[in-house]
Amino acid sequence: MTETLTGARITVRLLERQGIGLVTGYPGGAILPIYDALAQSTTIRHVLARHEQGAGFIAQGMARASGEVAVCLASSGPGATNLLTAIADAKLDSIPLVAITGQVPKAMIGTDAFQEVDTYGLTVPITKHNFLVSSAEELLEVIPRAFAIAASGRPGPVLIDIPKDVQNQAIEVAAWPAPGGRQLPPPAPGDDLAAAASLINAARRPLLYLGGGVIHSGAAAAAVDLAEKANLPTVMTLMALGAMPVDHPLSLGMLGMHGARYCNLALDECDLLIALGARFDDRATGKVAAFCPQAKIVHIDIDPAELDKIKTAHVGITADVGEALARLLPLVARNPRSAWVERIDQLKREFPQALPGLDDPRSHFGLIRTVAACLDDDAVIATDVGQHQMWVAQAYPLRRPRQWLTSGGLGTMGFGVPAAIGAALAAPQRTVVCFTGDGSILMNLQELVTAGEENVNIKIVLMNNAVLGLVHQQQTLFYGERLFASQFRALPDFCKAAQALGIAAVDLDAAANPCAALVEAIARPGPCLIHASIDAGEKVYPMVPPGAANRDMIGA
Amino acid sequence: MNAVSRNELKALRAVLEIDVNNHPGVMSHIVGLFARRACNVEGILCLPVGDGRQSRIWLLVNEDGRLAQMIRQVDKLEDVLAIRRHAGDHAVFAGLTDHFRP
Repeated sequence: MTETLTGARITVRLLERQGIGLVTGYPGGAILPIYDALAQSTTIRHVLARHEQGAGFIAQGMARASGEVAVCLASSGPGATNLLTAIADAKLDSIPLVAITGQVPKAMIGTDAFQEVDTYGLTVPITKHNFLVSSAEELLEVIPRAFAIAASGRPGPVLIDIPKDVQNQAIEVAAWPAPGGRQLPPPAPGDDLAAAASLINAARRPLLYLGGGVIHSGAAAAAVDLAEKANLPTVMTLMALGAMPVDHPLSLGMLGMHGARYCNLALDECDLLIALGARFDDRATGKVAAFCPQAKIVHIDIDPAELDKIKTAHVGITADVGEALARLLPLVARNPRSAWVERIDQLKREFPQALPGLDDPRSHFGLIRTVAACLDDDAVIATDVGQHQMWVAQAYPLRRPRQWLTSGGLGTMGFGVPAAIGAALAAPQRTVVCFTGDGSILMNLQELVTAGEENVNIKIVLMNNAVLGLVHQQQTLFYGERLFASQFRALPDFCKAAQALGIAAVDLDAAANPCAALVEAIARPGPCLIHASIDAGEKVYPMVPPGAANRDMIGA
Repeated sequence: MNAVSRNELKALRAVLEIDVNNHPGVMSHIVGLFARRACNVEGILCLPVGDGRQSRIWLLVNEDGRLAQMIRQVDKLEDVLAIRRHAGDHAVFAGLTDHFRP
């Protein structure tokens, strides 16, 4: 049956056909036709953020927690520019987003019209792909394709810029396109898998190196199976934490700049590095020339441009990690590898990760572990960016893929609160904890209003040291203790601020029994800010100084 | 063009032949990958091919250790159908000297 529909109605119908039940965004003049059509949808719920960047990160939280493509909306001009940081963040961490922006009418593009900005040009380098739609007919092709691109191969953000006249243009629609979904890449070449297996079987000191691609591919269980079958000690990037439970006997936890000393020393000794869905990021490798200096490299990644980018692989395989692992596993021999496993255990004993103050909930590690003790593995743990993020990465017992939501590649302060809201919207049955700092929370504080409005079950644990901790730490260690612009001379009363913005707040500083106060705050449904002062003198240790080799870690 | 300069060109330059979908924005996707690395694109030629739904872009770029990875990134773009690498003395730019006198 032929229907006459506007571009805006077509857009909303195509989102419905994609199975989208929840979108987030912020309206404005140039996207009002789509908002008007959205208002008439009976299946799509809209969550109103309080800033477009908040909307972008709410969508990211939905996508990271669920693995599904999430949608955010913004108007033209400042609406679009405010989205940019969240889009760039999604690009660096390979998060599937479809961002839809309104644009001024086609005839006014290029005239510096009110709220006109070159959204297409601005998003070229920060999206996986982007579209400027020039007719309502084009929407029928562009929208399903945007979802297919976002979800296929290496996931990523796709932007669709829709001029207002295209939104208002009415056309006859006779047939609807199939929804766009994930297209599988070609299978891994069998001889390459055989070559990888023979390197693994011949290795005496192999290490498995898991990156975020293992999470995106849904391959965490397969990676753990491989590790267990061949007794491969396993390191994880920040993005992969949870792929293997960090308390698994073969886990060496996080590698790199703030990884445990035993982990980085093991990398120094390995003779084979099996990199799965990892991109040899500089925070993971340290000085590249000194990274795994004795090791041959097997590298499996869905993105061919990642192979041989930083380190040349002896066997490089372009494939979906899950598909490749399923076929690699039977080729890999069982091997107790007892000498190497014993050596790893020795490194763990000799160079343990120091976690001082675990018993004291008023210390940073103690607070993190006390929060963990209140929760099970179903909880989602989001963070902002800074010292608190690294401490949580070091100390929280992450055990499940998609349990851990953090801004890895871009390292965006302000990520945590909106991402936690998004995770809670996508998984309302879970408790979502957001660890944040006094610097980060102020970067998207307005989203507390959204949290209150939606009554999402998020617990924001604010570790307040009244400084920009990582900046303070670097200035202390590497800039002659010249502290500049890293200490806040004024900070809000965070509990009062949270209450003023519409959510509950608990101050652990004032609690006679901080453990009891924490348990109660976490158990009470709905959003809550949990404030805890911590010592500004605490550092994230160990630390690889910028530019140094991982073996030259300082501290602890 | 004499033999010496052709040999120099061969060593210092590379020519890339890129088949793309012919629509606005494709060029900025491609040259952006060079600009972000502060790699100058020394020459650009582009014309539609066949019925005009596709174009072919020829780029003259400086030889660079990062070129192999840049080619893989270009190849990854949605609107790039194929990319081929040629030696720096490829004939496509050779006949254009008359149009580029100071």
